Amino acid sequence: MAEPAVTQDEKKEEEEQKVVDEGIEVGISRLTEARIEQVINQVLNTETGARLKTYVNTCIHCGLCSEACHYYMSHDKDPKWSPVGKVKQTLWEMIRKKGRVSPDFMRRAVEIAQTECNLCRRCLQFCPFGIDIAYLISMVRRICHKLGITPLYIQDTAHSHSVTMNQMWVKGDEWPDTLQWQEEEARGEFPTLRIPLEKEGADIMYSVIAPEPKFQAQLIYQAAAIMEVAGVDWTMPADMGWDNSDMAMFTGDNEIMGRVKRTHFELAARLRVKRIVMGECGHAFRSVYDTGNRWLGWSHPPIPIVHAIDFYWELLKDNRIPIKEKYPEPVTLHDPCNVIRGGGLMEKARYVAHALCETVVEMHPNREYNYCCCAGGGVINCGPPYKLKRVKSNRVKAEQLMDAKARGAKVIISPCHNCHSGLKDIKNYYDLHMDIKFFGDIIYQIMEKPE
Amino acid sequence: MHDLYQFVSGPLAWVAFILFVGGSLYRMIAMLVEVKKKEPFIFTYMSLKYSLRSIVHWMTPFATYNWRRKPVLTVVTFAFHICLFVSPIFLLAHVTLWDESWDISWWTLPDGVADVMTLIVIAGCVFFLLRRLTQPEVQFVTFPSDYFILAIVAAPFVTGFLAYHQWFGYPMVMVLHVLAGEVMLVAIPFTRLSHMIYSPFTRAYMGSEFGVIRKSKDF
Amino acid sequence: MVDQSNWDWETREKTVPMDPWKDKFNWVEEPYASPDGEHVAAVVNQDEEEFNVCVNGETWENPFEKIWYLRWAPDGRLTALVSDMAEWTVAVDGVPWENKFAYVWNTLFSPDGKNIAVAAQNDGMYCMVVNGKPWETTFQNMTYFAMSPDGSKTAAVVQVEDFGEGEIHKFQEGCFTVAVDGQAWENKFVNAWNMAFSADGTKLAAEMRHNLYDYSIAVDGRPWDKVFQCVWEPVFHPVTGSVIAPVRTGGKWTLAQDGEILWEGRFLQAWHQTFSADGETLAAIVSPRYGRWTVAVNGRPWSVTFSTLVSDLVISPDGSTIAALAKEDQTWKVVVNGAAWSNTFHMAWKPVISPNNRHVGVKVEKQGKYTVVINDRVWPQECEAAWDPVFSPDSEKVLLRTVENGQYLRRILPVTEITG
Ligand code: HEM
Ligand code: HEM
Ligand code: SF4
Ligand code: SF4
Repeated sequence: MAEPAVTQDEKKEEEEQKVVDEGIEVGISRLTEARIEQVINQVLNTETGARLKTYVNTCIHCGLCSEACHYYMSHDKDPKWSPVGKVKQTLWEMIRKKGRVSPDFMRRAVEIAQTECNLCRRCLQFCPFGIDIAYLISMVRRICHKLGITPLYIQDTAHSHSVTMNQMWVKGDEWPDTLQWQEEEARGEFPTLRIPLEKEGADIMYSVIAPEPKFQAQLIYQAAAIMEVAGVDWTMPADMGWDNSDMAMFTGDNEIMGRVKRTHFELAARLRVKRIVMGECGHAFRSVYDTGNRWLGWSHPPIPIVHAIDFYWELLKDNRIPIKEKYPEPVTLHDPCNVIRGGGLMEKARYVAHALCETVVEMHPNREYNYCCCAGGGVINCGPPYKLKRVKSNRVKAEQLMDAKARGAKVIISPCHNCHSGLKDIKNYYDLHMDIKFFGDIIYQIMEKPE
Repeated sequence: MHDLYQFVSGPLAWVAFILFVGGSLYRMIAMLVEVKKKEPFIFTYMSLKYSLRSIVHWMTPFATYNWRRKPVLTVVTFAFHICLFVSPIFLLAHVTLWDESWDISWWTLPDGVADVMTLIVIAGCVFFLLRRLTQPEVQFVTFPSDYFILAIVAAPFVTGFLAYHQWFGYPMVMVLHVLAGEVMLVAIPFTRLSHMIYSPFTRAYMGSEFGVIRKSKDF
Repeated sequence: MVDQSNWDWETREKTVPMDPWKDKFNWVEEPYASPDGEHVAAVVNQDEEEFNVCVNGETWENPFEKIWYLRWAPDGRLTALVSDMAEWTVAVDGVPWENKFAYVWNTLFSPDGKNIAVAAQNDGMYCMVVNGKPWETTFQNMTYFAMSPDGSKTAAVVQVEDFGEGEIHKFQEGCFTVAVDGQAWENKFVNAWNMAFSADGTKLAAEMRHNLYDYSIAVDGRPWDKVFQCVWEPVFHPVTGSVIAPVRTGGKWTLAQDGEILWEGRFLQAWHQTFSADGETLAAIVSPRYGRWTVAVNGRPWSVTFSTLVSDLVISPDGSTIAALAKEDQTWKVVVNGAAWSNTFHMAWKPVISPNNRHVGVKVEKQGKYTVVINDRVWPQECEAAWDPVFSPDSEKVLLRTVENGQYLRRILPVTEITG
């Protein structure tokens, strides 16, 4: 376990952390001050309005948002990591200088905006005025996108979205092929199981994020098993739009975000489903439930979005998943920002956890006050160069987990893909020796299956 | 000195009040017009219920998570803001002036109480100043203008206090007090003190977003 | 178009019992009725790794290891994507194409049903396959697909330049373009998306992006001179052949024609622009205010607006009847010429306009029961399944295809029997 105090070793690591990101560097090398000025002013004058102005004018520089942020808390309250501190180092300066900032300034700005803020919105709850720091940071990302200085890994992901409408360059044939492969696998266990492809008029369309077919196909298997056992009338699309994730949302490429979300919703509309049920992913939920739909002019999702937590809650409440025996190991529940603070599923998540597990140990703080995993908001998608910074920037999460572990928790339930990967890195770095599971993993494990 | 006092408490007071009221209205209306023009979607999500839920929580000491986490600051800021509003409005000396000029008057504070409240405001300013000087997270986002704003707020209270106690040459202090009061009023719509004007709106918006869409608490 | 006049428009009722299928097979997947209503088919499981298609109770001659995407061609041939020994192809009426592929998907039909195309992959290379014949050229990746109205040409968005994982700057130089019948355009773009063929099939337009920011429409490989903040799928004017696409400018949407702004109005959204066959009427789904949706006809939005969604815009050939679906919260409505029907539904399908342009029929669902509505009159029969209604060429009769009590029914009713 790394001690909170900064040791020599850590100092050294800090040095090593100086990363060279080709996405940023090549972009910066092409910048001129004139171009920077023009883009900043274009975004600030034409793409923002009273909201940004009011936030900037209202902020009384009180610093009360600081302790909301895991970056700040994990770096011994170094103010350069505080929410308002990050706005100061980016947006305020751009406004103050009317866009006349240097390429070096922009290099630091993109690093802050893309890798030092998860847009988790915890600070919104701390600011007495409700100033939306996450929105302000998103505008910085938008400026960086327009300047072409987005970090390489996440930019590549945004490119994937633009070509394939999914996050991982999954090709048109690979997707249905994977589903059919998982269907076949699952038939070993559930002989009549189907993953109904392109079934018009089904009750729900099940959508996932592209890492599932790419690396975690067993999650699709499990989802199919749960659907089968619960007798759900469902379908999965074979066509583009099956991926609900959206990294373009997090690079500020709003146009691609809109295109990806449009494809997703129009696909569900074409399949005439009543609802879209999505896997255990948080940022994807934000993109379809709150952000992407708005860019397209849909004030609410045109087809209701049901997050997996909500769906499992529904199935368990109606006793549609027969449980053999509750999960015996004590678990602790991570509250993913985008579905809890962003979607109000905190009590349903607890209902599901208690319905499935013998013992649930609460982390503190929890529910909408829970600390972010430090992976979301596109940060983990900026890739390996930033991994060390990411795990070190969430020491508070490690402490939270350690505390839960001290009170008996052995398994972390994380109903979000980003959180899942982020917590995994944290647990490894801080030697936590806890297991991480999705709700789906546990349900699949403990539900009654045919002999 | 008398002429000067006449001027600052007469025509200049007019100017100050007009700038304060007019400026505040202007800032408010300009904001709403711009929202209508550029971000009309905001209106779609506004909800009276959740606006009030948010505003009421934040206007109540210890009713929000962050207020509970910061008890000292919470006590200070509430005492500061309450006294800041109450003492000048219900000050006998001020009400007398309204009475003389406009023939309107209302309930007033006993002078002793007003005096204490004035001291609370001044103490609040000192507290905020010390915070700014000592707390790294506040220091980091502090600009000279932040000190200036604090001074603008402190000035009428300090000078008012001096005037009331008739310390240091009364007439001069009185002129300074009136000037300081006017400067503060005018500063409200045109500096970050405009948080008085904007805060109900930012709170209402965030309250509505959290209530209607995010179904969780913004407090 | 398929000639429907020789269909049986007289026999009032024909039935195909489907319940017995359940006993004959391990399981029966969702049924598909033929366009003329004479047949009903479903993928059925006969054994482990043994699937077949059951049509009116008879199975195809040979089973396959896998079958999916069972779809009727407009001319009444039944197609499915089938696999044996890990090879895929298309089976038409049970007969697989001779060419096999590592994978096939996304079946396309020409309106007359004569041409059937799919996207295919072999050895990691992609191409379209038309009536069993693959393009001569293959590509590293292929995303969007299109078929000309007569089915003689197919097109796809293809990758023509190599770029490795993380080679973002190479990508941004432009690695994609459109290929028509395997022939790639010379110009390369950062992206290309939805395409449209002109009515005669001689021209092709596609959405594209020059870099990460500048969007436009490319026609036969040549982008418009103008660029926009974003664009949506283009369509061709059916008569003049000019290209119309929604474009985003100043943060709002409108329609542009050959690069020039066409509609005065600015909308929060505009898409699915559709021409009447005579080219006189151009309608689009628009959002006149944030969170409100309607249809704009030749630039003028209907006065009714809806909160949640407007979709499935259809226009009669003469432009006199314009119908769309509208959704408010969870309620679906049918809107015809700017007026919403009084009946509402839990789900509705794309409206069908009769050949005389006077009737609008819609398949709908309420509480899990399916039926058909014509001119806002609900056919009282509650069905387990139903398909879109088909009007007879003289518009006097309607073909109704349904499943009731485990039995498939083909009915011919006078339209007046439903509309009263
Ligand atoms: C239009 C301008 C103003 C005029 C003409 C004015 C006038 C006065 C007068 C005559 C006194 C009484 C002094 C005494 O007792 O001898 C006074 C006191 C005071 N005024 Fe003002 N005032 C003005 C603006 C303000 C403003 C804007 C504030 C603060 C917001 C303020 C706060 C005070 C305070 C705190 C005291 C002293 C209270 C005490 O310690 O008892 N005044 N003012
Ligand atoms: C509805 C009215 C108002 C509300 C809701 C409000 C709210 C707040 C809040 C939430 C803070 C930050 C917390 C803190 O540091 O204590 C604050 C700070 C402050 N407010 Fe207000 N305020 C209001 C009106 C005013 C007015 C009218 C003034 C003075 C003219 C004022 C002067 C200050 C000062 C000086 C600070 C401290 C800033 C610093 O830390 O340096 N406020 N206010
Ligand atoms: S990471 Fe979360 S708490 Fe920190 S600044 Fe960003 S949104 Fe605020
Ligand atoms: S809490 Fe709000 S007002 Fe205070 S510094 Fe942070 S953003 Fe600004």
